[in-house]
Amino acid sequence: MYWNKTFECMDREHLHELQSQRLVDTVKRVYFNVPYYRDKMQSVGLEPGDIKGVEDIAKLPFTIKQDLRDTYPYGMFAVPLSEVIRIHASSGTTGKPTVVGYTRKDIDTWAELVARVLTGVGAGRNSVVQVAYGYGLFTGGLGLHYGTERMGATVIPISGGNTRRQVMFMQDLGTTVLACTPSYALYIAETMEELGIKKEDLKLQAGIFGAEPWSDNMRKELEQRLGIKAIDIYGLSEVMGPGVACECLEQDGLHVFEDHFIPEVIDPDTGEVLPPGSIGELVITTITKEGLPVVRYRTRDITSLNFEPCACGRTHVRMSKVLGRTDDMLIIRGVNVFPSQIEHVLMNIGGTQPQYQLVVDRVNNLDELEVWVEIDDKLFSDEVRRLEDLENRITREIQNTLGINVTVKLVEPKTIARGDGKAKRVIDKRNI
Amino acid sequence: MFVKQVSVFLENKLGRLATVTKILGDNGIDISAMALADTTNFGILRMIVNNPDKAVSVLKEAGFTVSTTDVLAVEVDDRPGGLSAVLEVLQDNGISIEYAYSFIKRAGDKAFILFRVENPDRAVDLLKNTGIRVLEEKEVYAL
Ligand SMILES: [Zn+2]
Repeated sequence: MYWNKTFECMDREHLHELQSQRLVDTVKRVYFNVPYYRDKMQSVGLEPGDIKGVEDIAKLPFTIKQDLRDTYPYGMFAVPLSEVIRIHASSGTTGKPTVVGYTRKDIDTWAELVARVLTGVGAGRNSVVQVAYGYGLFTGGLGLHYGTERMGATVIPISGGNTRRQVMFMQDLGTTVLACTPSYALYIAETMEELGIKKEDLKLQAGIFGAEPWSDNMRKELEQRLGIKAIDIYGLSEVMGPGVACECLEQDGLHVFEDHFIPEVIDPDTGEVLPPGSIGELVITTITKEGLPVVRYRTRDITSLNFEPCACGRTHVRMSKVLGRTDDMLIIRGVNVFPSQIEHVLMNIGGTQPQYQLVVDRVNNLDELEVWVEIDDKLFSDEVRRLEDLENRITREIQNTLGINVTVKLVEPKTIARGDGKAKRVIDKRNI
Repeated sequence: MFVKQVSVFLENKLGRLATVTKILGDNGIDISAMALADTTNFGILRMIVNNPDKAVSVLKEAGFTVSTTDVLAVEVDDRPGGLSAVLEVLQDNGISIEYAYSFIKRAGDKAFILFRVENPDRAVDLLKNTGIRVLEEKEVYAL
């Protein structure tokens, strides 16, 4: 089930050619239309002619979120405002938000990519898509909305909130696809249970969940409770919005729509491009965007790229589910460690996620990692042997995942300090 | 036939045991048997109290991880070899003992031992058939 087979299944050689042409064109456009990019390129002695194809991409400087803040609001737009037909903005926790602009063609491309996503999960013209992402400055609602209209399914633009009404519409209007954040989907499932509505009472087939990282365990839970295929969609407003990448029904990585974006994975410390399969920070270059093209935008999301062919027939590279944010990354004995990796291990062992904390220290010039795990009712046993087994199992599985030694410490509940309800995940005592 | 044991997870930190006994004391709960099993890192406190449900709720409220387990309270003669009769019955019938500990109080020439076994129902039957007394919950609290 493809929306645009020509591009989704294009052989990699042609795809590479197409990407090169589009990259060369993008670099020219930003160089001549965006002073900020021109200055950046000139400062490293680059001219547009130096970029002849995808293989030259690493010569280009990175773009970071701060660049968009520094040029707030329109400084990085590559077209005059007369060409911009829509604005979205991402909330800034500190200071000004990041403003992004779209031309008519950008909106068109976005709708096409979301249409690919929906078709890929088995939706068609008879499908009913309930968009429970927020509508407004956030890209989720309108992004899914335009894509649904493009592919000809029926869209219910219900937006987020009023969960009982969500459930009522799902049942009465025969919703087949639910689009929202995974945590909201879980909340909808709980509300359904409260209302005594079973998954068999619904026509739901698929859920398109994104805008926050979620685990495979959460996927299992959502699939089981809602009776659906739960599909991960990826995107960020600086690049476009949801639909930059999405899982196919194989659910083994998210295809990045490479005819519009070039993904790279870099070492977040050195900026060096990593070989395929390595875990690092995702960097994206848009190659068709007009309003706000971004060159080597550092997403801060941690993933890896898999160039192996996919069973679905699409040729586009797959990124792994996002493993975490670079902001959370720790370097312990030279190894990159993400709290989400440990979270994943604990989730697999306990079924639910216990409170945990990573304590990093440097003893005799050597980094040491302690993992504190609060013993809740689910993990507790009145037999010493079982708790010791648990301790050993957690230790072993974390060591297997990270490849470094850890000390696991079982602690009493509420041992781990919580600031405004959220436990502090990392305590780094090293003075480097 | 079983006695409800209250188990509490404790970190090996100074004063944690005292905190538990104080909470129970403040709430008028009597402890009639207690054992602490510990490793270098943590401990499990096992107790028989006269109001297990209340003990669980007050300890949970204080932030402890608590569970209850059914254990057997068995009467043995308070003399050398008194315990071995019980152990033999269980052993001969292939019932493994997870752990055992004794009461704080004694009554005359009898002692009482608490057992956590793998198959409590069967253990009770076997012990009774051998003429060994297994105490009811209310008898235990009355001790
Ligand atoms: Zn695929």
